[in-house]
Amino acid sequence: MTSPSGIAASEPAASDALIDVQNLRVAFSTPAGLARAVDGVSFSIAPGETVGMVGESGCGKTVTGLSLLRLIEPPGLIDPASRILFEGRDLLRLSEREIRRVRGRRIAMVFQEPMTALNPVFTVGDQIAEVVRVHEGASRRAAWQRAVEMLERVGLSSPAERAKQYPHQLSGGMRQRVLIGMALVMRPALLIADEPTTALDVTVQAQILELLRELQRDFGMAVLLITHDLGVIAETATRVLVMYGGEIVEQASMDELFANAHHPYTQGLLAAMPRVDDTRERLTTIPGTVPPPTAWPSGCRFRDRCPHAWDRTSREHPDLFVVSGSHTSRCFLAQEPERRRAVVAEQTE
Amino acid sequence: MHRATPLSYDVAGAPLDAPAPETWRRTPVAALWRDGGTRAALLLLIALALVAILAPWLAPHDPAAQPDIITLKNQAPSVAHPFGTDPYSRDVLSRMIYGTRVSLSIAILAMLLSTFVGTAYGLTAALGGRFTDAVLMRGVDTLLAIPRILLLLGVVAMWGSLSVPALIVVIGLSGWFAAARLVRTQVLALRERDFVTAARGLGARTSSIAVRHILPHVASPILVAATFGIGAALVIEAGLAYLGFGVPEPQASWGSILREGHDVLVSAWWLSAAPGAALVISVLAVNVIADRLRDIASGRHLPRA
Amino acid sequence: MSAGNGASAPPVGTVASPLLSLRGLVKHFPLTSGWFGASKGTVRALDGVSFDVARGETLGVVGESGCGKTTLGRTILRLTEPTAGEIRFDGVDIRALKGRELRTMRRRMQMIFQDPYASLNPRMTIGTTVKEGLLIHKIARGAQADHRVRQLLEEVGLRAEYAAQYPHEFSGGQRQRVGIARALAVEPSFIVCDEPVSALDVSVQAQVINLLRDLQQSHALTYLFIAHDLAVIRHMATRVAVMYLGRIVEFANVEDLYREPIMPYTQALLSAIPVPDPKTKRQRIVLAGEVPSAANPPSGCVFHPRCQHPAKDAACSRIVPPLEEKAPAHWAACFKQPPSGVSWESQQQAGATKMPERHLPLVSIRG
Repeated sequence: MTSPSGIAASEPAASDALIDVQNLRVAFSTPAGLARAVDGVSFSIAPGETVGMVGESGCGKTVTGLSLLRLIEPPGLIDPASRILFEGRDLLRLSEREIRRVRGRRIAMVFQEPMTALNPVFTVGDQIAEVVRVHEGASRRAAWQRAVEMLERVGLSSPAERAKQYPHQLSGGMRQRVLIGMALVMRPALLIADEPTTALDVTVQAQILELLRELQRDFGMAVLLITHDLGVIAETATRVLVMYGGEIVEQASMDELFANAHHPYTQGLLAAMPRVDDTRERLTTIPGTVPPPTAWPSGCRFRDRCPHAWDRTSREHPDLFVVSGSHTSRCFLAQEPERRRAVVAEQTE
Repeated sequence: MHRATPLSYDVAGAPLDAPAPETWRRTPVAALWRDGGTRAALLLLIALALVAILAPWLAPHDPAAQPDIITLKNQAPSVAHPFGTDPYSRDVLSRMIYGTRVSLSIAILAMLLSTFVGTAYGLTAALGGRFTDAVLMRGVDTLLAIPRILLLLGVVAMWGSLSVPALIVVIGLSGWFAAARLVRTQVLALRERDFVTAARGLGARTSSIAVRHILPHVASPILVAATFGIGAALVIEAGLAYLGFGVPEPQASWGSILREGHDVLVSAWWLSAAPGAALVISVLAVNVIADRLRDIASGRHLPRA
Repeated sequence: MSAGNGASAPPVGTVASPLLSLRGLVKHFPLTSGWFGASKGTVRALDGVSFDVARGETLGVVGESGCGKTTLGRTILRLTEPTAGEIRFDGVDIRALKGRELRTMRRRMQMIFQDPYASLNPRMTIGTTVKEGLLIHKIARGAQADHRVRQLLEEVGLRAEYAAQYPHEFSGGQRQRVGIARALAVEPSFIVCDEPVSALDVSVQAQVINLLRDLQQSHALTYLFIAHDLAVIRHMATRVAVMYLGRIVEFANVEDLYREPIMPYTQALLSAIPVPDPKTKRQRIVLAGEVPSAANPPSGCVFHPRCQHPAKDAACSRIVPPLEEKAPAHWAACFKQPPSGVSWESQQQAGATKMPERHLPLVSIRG
C-alpha cells in the first residue's frame, strides 16, 4: 500500500519517462560570488503529463526550464555531471547543431512577456512560418499555410488576416496565443511554459489556460508549467514540484499536495496566499526573506525561516524523503514527525 | 500585473542599477586606470596639462622673440631648436609649448561653456511644458542644421580677429546644440519615472527635482559628451586658426603654427608636423578616454568574480 | 446614444463628511500624430467617476488593464491633471489649489507605487529618499530628521542601519517598505496604494499587506487601494469599486460584492481567478475577446461585446446603462439586472428583445 515514510526517495524508474532530468546543477559567476541557481534537481515527466513547477523568485525554476533547452549562456554553467535524458539521448551532450533540431521541434518553450518574445518587424504569420521552414525546409507557401492553420487552432479569429498583422497590432492575449502557436506548430512532445499568463489580465489568463488544456488534450503533449501562482497550477497540473533554494523541496500529485502539504515552505506558501474564497483577516507570513543563491545556508536551506527548525537542520542537509506513495518532501520531519511543533496561527512581522 | 521579482543582478552578472562604488576597485577612476590604452591616454593628457601650466619654465626661448630673422629663419630641427624655427626665426618648440597652453585652455573652457548652456537649455525644454519644449527644440534643430564651421566663420568674419576670450565664447556657443538635445531626451525619459513622480507627490519644486533627482542621472552622458567635445573644440580652434581667424599674433596656438607652416609645407615640414602631431595625438587621447567613460556609464567596468 | 454622459452620473457610495469626494472626474488623453500634433482621437482613460471615500476606510479599486484605475489614483493626487470634474479633499476643492497651497495639501495625500524597482532613485540612499519629504515640508532638519528617518524605517520593518544603503542592495519587498516609509514621513491622512504588492512574491506580498493593515490602525489612515488581484482586495478593502474602460461598473461593500456580484463583468472576473484548491469545481465564465481600447469604446454598454448575460440583446449596444442601486449600498451598471430605472419600454424602443432577469451564476464564492 503505502511505502514506509521517512526513507530517502530513490531515483525514480524513468525508463518510460519522456524527459528525465538527473542531478541538474547550474551556477552563475557574479561579482558577488558563485550563484548556485539550480543545485541538484532531479525529476521526470511522462508523455502527456502536465507537471507544475512552483516557487518564488530566486528558487531556480526559470533556470531549470531554460536548461532543458540548453539556453543557458555564460557566465552560467551547467555542471557536466548533470544529465537530461530525452528520447534516448542526453541533451547536454548533443552538439550545437543537434540541440537546435530539438528546440522548437521536439521541445518548445513559451515565455512570460509576449511582446519581447516576438520580433516587431515581422508579421506574426511570418514568425510562425519561419519555424516550419527552419525545421522542415517547407516552401514559403506551405509554411504560410501551416501558420494560418495554427493561428486558427489557437483561437484567433480571421486567421488569414491576422497572419499579416504585426505584433504591436495585437493585444497581449493575442500575442500570447501567437507564441503558443509558434511553440506548437511542430507538434513538440514537450512544452515548457514559463509564467505564460503572468503578464496577462485575469480574464485573458482564463482563456489562455483553457487553450493550453485543450491543445494538450488534442496534441497529447507533455507540459512543464513553471509559475509562482499556485492557483494556476491547481487548474492545470496533475503533479507538482515545489522549488526553494535551488532544490526541489516537495513533490506530489495535485490533490495530495493541497490536501496534505508536508514541507513547511509549501505550507507557508499556501497559508500566505490571499484567497478570493476565504475571509481571514490577517495573512500568515513566512518570516525572513529568500537567501541569495550565492550563499545558501548550510544544512536545510529553509531552516532560518522554518518554525520547526532544530539542531539537526543546521548540521545536515536533508534528502528528499518519502512521505507517502509518490509524495516526497525534503524535510527531516518526514523522519521525525514528532518534532513538528504547533505553529502559532498568526505570525506578526 | 505581476512580474516575478527579478534577482538583484541580471543573468550577465552586472548589477542592474549603477551602484555607489563600494571599494576602490569599482570606482570609475580605477576603471579608467585599469585599461592600458586609457591609462596611456590619461597620462598623455596629464603631461600636456603640465606642459601648459609650466610653460614659462619649460620653454627654452621666448616664443615671440625673433632673434635673427635672416639667418635663423626656417631652420630644420637642431639641438638648439629641437622643433626648428619658423619664418620669423622664432623657436617652434617654445611656441608649441605656449601654444599648448592656449589650445588646451580654449578647448576646455569652450567645452565647459557649451556643456553648461546645453544642459540648462535641455533641462528647461524638458521640464518646462509642451509649448516651451516645442519652441526651444525647433530653435535648436534650426541651429543644428547649420554646419558648425560655417556658423563660426559667419560670426568671425563680422568681427575680424578675435581675442582668446572671444574665441572661447564663440566656440563654446556654437557647440551646445547637441548637448541640449541629449540632455532634453534623457530628462524627458527620466521625468516619467516613478521616483520623480514620487518627488512631485511629496511636494518638491521642479527646480529641486531637477537638481536632486535628474541631474545625477544625466551627469554620465553629459560627461561623455563633454569629453568628446574637448576633442571637437581642439579641432575647431585649429581649423579657425588655419583659416586665419585664430588667436592674434604674437600668441601661438597649434592652429596658428599650422597656418604658418602652410606656405612652407615641403621646405619647412617641421612647422606642420609638430602641431599636426600634437592635434592628432591629443584628440585621439581624448576620444579614447571618452569612449571608456561611456562604457563605464553603462556599468560595464565592474570587476567580475 | 454614445458614451460621455458618465460625467453626469449620480455619485455612488456617498457618505456624510467624506475624506475624499469625486464628482464627474474625467481624464482624456489626446492621441496626436504628425509634426504639429494633429488629433487622431482621444483615449478616455477616465470617463466620469463619482464616489466618496469615508474616513478610515479602505476603498478597493479593481479592474484589468486599460480600465483607468492607475489614472484614477494619479489624477486624484493631481500627479496627472484631470480634464474635468471635481475633487474635494476634506471639503477643499483640490483643483483650485496652486503653488504653495497645493504643496501643503500634498502632505496630506501620498502614494505608494507599484514597481519597487522604479519608485526609488537608485542614486540616493534610502535614508535620503525617506528624508526628502521631511525637508520639503520643514517637518524636521539635520539630526532630528535623521532620527525620524530611523524611526520610520523601523516602523516599516527595516533596520535603522539600512539608511545609508542604496536601493539596489535590497529586495523588492524591502524596497516597497522604503516607499511606504517615504509616504509616511510627511504624515498623510490619505494614501493611494497603486498595486503595491503586484510585483512581489507571494510570501512577501503577505508581509506587506499585513504591514499596510497595521499602519492603517496605528496612523489612522484612509486608503484607496488599487489592484487587479481580487484576492488581495478581499483582504484589504472595506468597499470596492469595479472599473471597466474608465467607468465604475459596480460599487459595493466588499462582502456583498464577493457574495453576490451583480455586474456581469464582475461575475466573470471573480470566476476567472484560479483558486488553489483542486476540489472546488466552479462554473468558469470564460469571456470572449479582449478588453477593448479606451480610444474606441463600444457604443452603449461598454461591456456588451463580451457580456454573457442571458438577456443581452440589441438594447445593450444602444443604451448606456446608468449606475443604479440594485441592493442597499450596492450599485451596478446593468439595466438587464433588475431593478432598473431604464424601463422595459425604453429598452424595447432601443431594440430589446429579452426582458431583464436576475442572473447570478456564481454560487457564492465560499466564505
